[in-house]
Amino acid sequence: MTTEIIIAGFGGQGVLSMGKILAYSGLMEDKEITWMPAYGPEQRGGTANVTVIISDDKISSPILNSYDVAIVLNQQSLDKFEPKVKPGGILIYDAYGINTPPTRTDIRLHRIEAMEATFEMGNNKAFNMVVLGAMLKVCPVVTIESVLKGLKKTLPERHHDLIPMNEAALRRGMQLID
Amino acid sequence: MSEEVKLLKGNEAIALAAIRYGCDGYFGYPITPQSEVLETLMEQQPWDTTGMVVLQAESEVAAINMVYAGAACGKVVFTSSSSPGVSLMQEGISYIAAAELPALIVNVQRGGPGLGTIQPSQADYFQATKGGGHGDYHLIVLAPSSVQEMVDFVGLAWDLAFKYRTPAMILADGVIGQMMEKVTLPPQRRRRTMEELIKQCPWAVTGKKGRDKNICTSLELESDKMEIINNRLQSTYRDIARHEKRYEAYNVEGADYLIVAFGSIARICRKSIDIARERGLRIGLIRPITLWPFPSEAVAQAARGTKGVLTVEINAGQMIEDVRQAINDRAMPIEHYGRLGGMVPDPEEVLDALNRLLINPTK
Amino acid sequence: MELNEIIRPENKVYAKPRLMNSNHMHYCPGCSHGVVHKLVAEVLEEMGQEETAIGITPVGCAVFAYNYIDIDWIEAAHGRAPAIASAVKRLQPDKLVFTYQGDGDLAAIGTAETIHAANRGENIAIIFINNAIYGMTGGQMAPTTLLGQKTATTPYGRRVDLNGYPLSIAPILAGLDGTCYVTRQSVHTPAAVRKAKAAIRKAFENSLAGRGCSLVEVVSTCNSGWKLSPAEANRWMIENMFPKYPLGDLKNV
Repeated sequence: MTTEIIIAGFGGQGVLSMGKILAYSGLMEDKEITWMPAYGPEQRGGTANVTVIISDDKISSPILNSYDVAIVLNQQSLDKFEPKVKPGGILIYDAYGINTPPTRTDIRLHRIEAMEATFEMGNNKAFNMVVLGAMLKVCPVVTIESVLKGLKKTLPERHHDLIPMNEAALRRGMQLID
Repeated sequence: MSEEVKLLKGNEAIALAAIRYGCDGYFGYPITPQSEVLETLMEQQPWDTTGMVVLQAESEVAAINMVYAGAACGKVVFTSSSSPGVSLMQEGISYIAAAELPALIVNVQRGGPGLGTIQPSQADYFQATKGGGHGDYHLIVLAPSSVQEMVDFVGLAWDLAFKYRTPAMILADGVIGQMMEKVTLPPQRRRRTMEELIKQCPWAVTGKKGRDKNICTSLELESDKMEIINNRLQSTYRDIARHEKRYEAYNVEGADYLIVAFGSIARICRKSIDIARERGLRIGLIRPITLWPFPSEAVAQAARGTKGVLTVEINAGQMIEDVRQAINDRAMPIEHYGRLGGMVPDPEEVLDALNRLLINPTK
Repeated sequence: MELNEIIRPENKVYAKPRLMNSNHMHYCPGCSHGVVHKLVAEVLEEMGQEETAIGITPVGCAVFAYNYIDIDWIEAAHGRAPAIASAVKRLQPDKLVFTYQGDGDLAAIGTAETIHAANRGENIAIIFINNAIYGMTGGQMAPTTLLGQKTATTPYGRRVDLNGYPLSIAPILAGLDGTCYVTRQSVHTPAAVRKAKAAIRKAFENSLAGRGCSLVEVVSTCNSGWKLSPAEANRWMIENMFPKYPLGDLKNV
């Protein structure tokens, strides 16, 4: 079983770190993982994207031209990656800032209001965790427990008090999916 | 520290693997996309644990000369940089080769020429394998295609460098440097004591205690003596070529076509091959692991019986020259596909190229 | 005193330092290098540091210093000696590490390495032979060549509009927080030689003790390059070099 995921949005939205958290969660489940960012100056302000592959087997190419799951957080990323979702694949997009919604009918589309939910939670730093929660509801490639375990392992001890907030954000994200 | 499984970027992996190998010193200058090597080392503060020296030099020129110095002292030392910085280091690399010193240089390539781009490239193949600096010399060039190989090749490069007293290079690229994968780090090795170092490297510049003076130089103004030195170097290179060729073969038995690719792009080609297999097309892959010495025999062997060979490189066609020479058959179609300027081909693109250039070539 | 008496061991008042071997020196008669080499060897011997000393030779006339003084040496690429010394000292902190460089090596092609090694406070000694000309390559302009001074590449004399000003390195290094000792010396009289020797010793002691970077600039003659006799060269140095590069300690902390 191999899941090929692209996460794309603006720099500063937590795209790369969301990918990292997903990758660490895979590590907790002893899966094979690649995390390949589009690196460079686009990390700030411009668009950012990261390809995460989680697999039970050895992974070949870390660079792909089609994806099982696309998570897009702005219009540019939607325009770029909607055509690259495999037929039968999943496209999750945040409603905030999307003027032209996706139109494909051969994939599963999930419109979520993660930005909205984040405002309601009063913590804009939790945005990417809300999105991740939504994704894990649709495509449970790793368990919430593994995500929390991964966070515990990668966050420095002094930041462990942030884990409950992250868990709440994940659960809030899961509720965004009908 | 015992063996450990971690999720690491290639650049971070290089740094941690070096510490665990028992490295004595790193000297480098920041440049994208490999600055995490120096950043990781500084964050780890190995001077407090293993006693390893880490120094941010004032330039790549200073950095490679610090490596030359460390190597002259018999120490396990390295530097890392990316293409423009490695160009600056070429003079120093030539000196290290000429003085017959073991050292490791890591090049996480980006697109050139000139200042170019910060995106991945393999356009330094010629520079790495055909000399780069002045004079008749070679580097042992290892091309990793995974983060695990970034770890493994650090140790392999130093083992070979000390065995043959010659500099070795890890020729990676922005994909391998920036990508995170699961890796197994080896257990921590103790750094050699000064006594062990002197025993292993009696030529090292350590202060002439109980022996005659040691001089580390690449200068010899008398041509007959300089020729002897050159002949010794060439004899070492022949030895290396005889014993140290490395490659990985994938799916080559009964293949209709052969792809030759190294480093990150070999991973991408592997995916192309898997896709092609589902469509009933048999493609083999030879991935040279040592770019110098080039595994010519393996390439020639794998090409035999196929209908054509495609080299896929993130450059304008450099390794293809070695592939042509290895196969040495004018009747065999040998084509190149590559992207430039930091663009990286994806798996479908490789199959399109194979189809266009070899299977259904447009005349 | 008869000859037989003179050569008796107990009457010996001077000897070549043991670290100086009998290899035939390639330096021109009248050149300052020979004197400074002897001082380096003498100081190392007197300090008992023959076994801990590591010298870095430059590209330039002193490239073959390793042929004359029997300690461990590394021959550097042009200008890179301070970078090399930095790494050697950091990797072997118990060693006495020094560079021996000329004005082209130190003040032209290697200015960056010189300034940054000094500024990092590397525990190394830098011996800087400033004779205001490129000796080895045949008498071309150095960064320290004086205004009006004729060289192979300033045949009508150094001009500001063509070549800029002579570069005075010692004050630049004295202004850096990483240096502990910066001095200008010469070796044209016995008294000057004694003072230069004391300066070299201090610089070497600083390296061993880890006090920071030391610079001993030796304002020197190049009578071949200057196209003067050794005696004339000394006079020319006193009259022309000393006003621009005055002798004495610039920094001693």
